[in-house]
Amino acid sequence: MDRNKTKSSPFYSWLVFGLLMLTWVVFSGFLDAFHLSLGVISCAFVTWISADLLFENRSDGPVARIKQVFRLAGYSVWLVYQIVLANIHLLKLSFIGQRALQPQIVRYECKLKSDFEKFLLANSITLTPGTVTMKIKGDTFYIHAISDVAAEGLDGEMEKRIAKCFES
Amino acid sequence: MSIFTIIAVVLICVGLLFFLGAAVGIMRFGDFYTRMHAAGKGDTLSSLLVLLGFGVYQLNNFQSFSESWPVLLVILKLIAISAFILLTSPTATHALMDSGWEDGIEPELKNDKPETNALEEDMPQPKQKEAQA
Repeated sequence: MDRNKTKSSPFYSWLVFGLLMLTWVVFSGFLDAFHLSLGVISCAFVTWISADLLFENRSDGPVARIKQVFRLAGYSVWLVYQIVLANIHLLKLSFIGQRALQPQIVRYECKLKSDFEKFLLANSITLTPGTVTMKIKGDTFYIHAISDVAAEGLDGEMEKRIAKCFES
Repeated sequence: MSIFTIIAVVLICVGLLFFLGAAVGIMRFGDFYTRMHAAGKGDTLSSLLVLLGFGVYQLNNFQSFSESWPVLLVILKLIAISAFILLTSPTATHALMDSGWEDGIEPELKNDKPETNALEEDMPQPKQKEAQA
């Protein structure tokens, strides 16, 4: 009974339905009754069969979720800034040529717990040019860095910011 | 020429400059792994800039919210495209790098010193069997 209650909490079902409906309206662009009712039917069907797939951890309430969304938005702004800096570095490297490269594979230990946080960190590392996550084993990331400058960029600030997004 | 057109052209040209850098990098870098850096990720910032330029250009058609809200939908779609690129592009790069390592492509490393290859220390690379033929 208790397990059932947490599994089908109405907040998350409505959230999934709302997100799907928003996507439908943005992608279709028709606001007449016919297209909207098609959208309601298909979104309700998808919510019914797969509402439990989207959010893994459902212990957080709505307020915590909204906080996380805003922090993640702030994080992505910072990430775009980092991408700009690193892309300029890569542009310089590619015009100087191969003798400027110092390729190396470095270890990086992270303390993040959930899978989603690790996914976000690995994707962020790969997105900033100069570093690519090659393998993840447990808490150890193996990262291919293209130069010393790129390797020095892995100083744990990214991880700190990600951890801050998800603390309650 | 409106101000939006000028901003859009500037953004798209800067994006194309970064694309050029990625293409030059593919030609000039030494081995598989460093080329993957240029090929897989030189396009993150450049595609963002080009899509942003398209979005700004769309603002030319914007007069009032009640008439031209479809323009905003177009911009939202462009934002969705860039979000998909930012999610899938690093994943594909990572998958290619990983399978390159598993297939025994040797990385060209700085000074060929062993301490620059942490992965080899912890998990030696599977070498290809040569005597199979």
